[in-house]
Amino acid sequence: MSLPVRIATLLVAFAAVVVGAAFIVIHYFLGSPPTVSFNASGSVTNVVLQEDPQNNSSSQPQWVSYFVQDPNTKQWVHTTLFSVPKGTTVHMTILGYDGCTPLRNNFWSQVQGTIGGHVNYSVVNNKGVATPTRSVSVINSWGGCTVGHTFAIPSLHLFVPVASPNALDSANNLCGVSPCTSGPHSVMSFSFKVPDFGAIFRWQCFVPCGGGYIDGNGGPMQTFGYMTGNMEVRA
Amino acid sequence: MATPEAPAASAQSGPNHGMRIFLIWLPLTVIADLLIWFALYPHLPPGRMSSSAQHQQFDIAFMALLCAPVLLFVWIYAAYALVNWRHREGDEEDGPPIFGNARIQATWISVTAVIVLGLFVFGTFELIVPAGAGAGEGPAPIWKPNAANPLQVQVIGQQWAFTYRYPQFGGMESSQLLLPDQRWVEFHVTSLDVIHSFWAYKLGVKADANPGVDNIAYTKPQELGIFRVQCNELCGLWHGAMYNYGQVVTPAAFQAWASALQFKQANNGILAALPPYRTTYDPTVVPQLASSIVKIDGITGAAGYYYPPQDPVTP
Repeated sequence: MSLPVRIATLLVAFAAVVVGAAFIVIHYFLGSPPTVSFNASGSVTNVVLQEDPQNNSSSQPQWVSYFVQDPNTKQWVHTTLFSVPKGTTVHMTILGYDGCTPLRNNFWSQVQGTIGGHVNYSVVNNKGVATPTRSVSVINSWGGCTVGHTFAIPSLHLFVPVASPNALDSANNLCGVSPCTSGPHSVMSFSFKVPDFGAIFRWQCFVPCGGGYIDGNGGPMQTFGYMTGNMEVRA
Repeated sequence: MATPEAPAASAQSGPNHGMRIFLIWLPLTVIADLLIWFALYPHLPPGRMSSSAQHQQFDIAFMALLCAPVLLFVWIYAAYALVNWRHREGDEEDGPPIFGNARIQATWISVTAVIVLGLFVFGTFELIVPAGAGAGEGPAPIWKPNAANPLQVQVIGQQWAFTYRYPQFGGMESSQLLLPDQRWVEFHVTSLDVIHSFWAYKLGVKADANPGVDNIAYTKPQELGIFRVQCNELCGLWHGAMYNYGQVVTPAAFQAWASALQFKQANNGILAALPPYRTTYDPTVVPQLASSIVKIDGITGAAGYYYPPQDPVTP
């Protein structure tokens, strides 16, 4: 092999390593789901999420996942990162499209940390008919097929079970394309206060919904953009 | 060439280095130990918030009292050697040979034996007196406090939060840890999923939380205040965020809080929804529940389970 060929080979190999390393760093280490920013209307910030039995990613489409609705475009964004202004009351609405799974610790069936200590919810069937809205402080995940996931911000002492749609309805008509826009689902709404200072608060689901992983707590349970994320309170 | 006898003779006629070092070391040691005992000891971590914390603070102070003389001796000996036994101009002779010294050997063995055995006795005493020194003693603790009615608190680790059950209050559960002042507490530490570790540093309590294991630890709070609880076993993505704060309150305030919470949980139905209090819980409860509840329909999993049959959590 001549000297120019050797040099060229070396340069190509070096460039391949550099490009590969840069791809790994950018894609895996620096890559992050987008953050959806919410602004307050008065002292209230309206945040809308949905949880689906699958998602629209190319890497792990079978994982259960939350989506955040962009307040401007009303489009669903596959992320679990969002930000809200400090000192406001967050009025959160969660659309629960996934079927039920019991909690490992049924204590999380209890609503904690919301204003009034309760959530309002109704269940919408496959034909779009909603049950009357109920205000409850407990949704017993062991008492039947009732809870799909939870939304919890432990640092704010906020723990909310997210109801699942009707069992039989969801078994036959579970939403199969994300982000879900039709199919049986629950509609949860509750409010909580965010601190009067800037900070990042992690949130997670307490239902062991990472099917295929030990204890059901791997995969989507430990990956940003799926069943855990951050709520940034902007200073 | 130097002979063995000649340096020995000159050494005998020289200054008594050992005595000099001792006379420098002794006052410095006394000063250092007095400073440790009176100035440092009251401020050493983990403080005196509980009986076990106080004993740990005493242990650290005691260790410092023992270490300071050793450290000073090493420093003084090294400094003395640098000043007095350095190479001098024109001195090309070897040092005096050493042929062993039975007295020094016997002294060394005796002193180290006394120190090691003393530390063994001291360490054992410090485990027994504070009833295990705040460490998890497993399901059958050897050292128990001499207390008639300790408060039982079950610490439940789960990804990623601790919750606490109070069996003497109907088995009510809370995500907050409140303890009464001046009453022995019997922690029953367990986990619902992976291995966690319950670490209340200011209480001097640390016990592994293993699924299916009842790990018992004792302490007696003796100061009002707030303490931090954190997981001390790498347990997944949010391990670093798995902490909260507990509080030691007056017995009356504790009784009021616990009774009110029990009443609230009895009223809102969560107390009835919790499993009966047990020292451990089956981590496979989810697929077990699934097999009964899922009879309604096949919901999110396959083959009648919430998880597919090949799933690690499927029994």
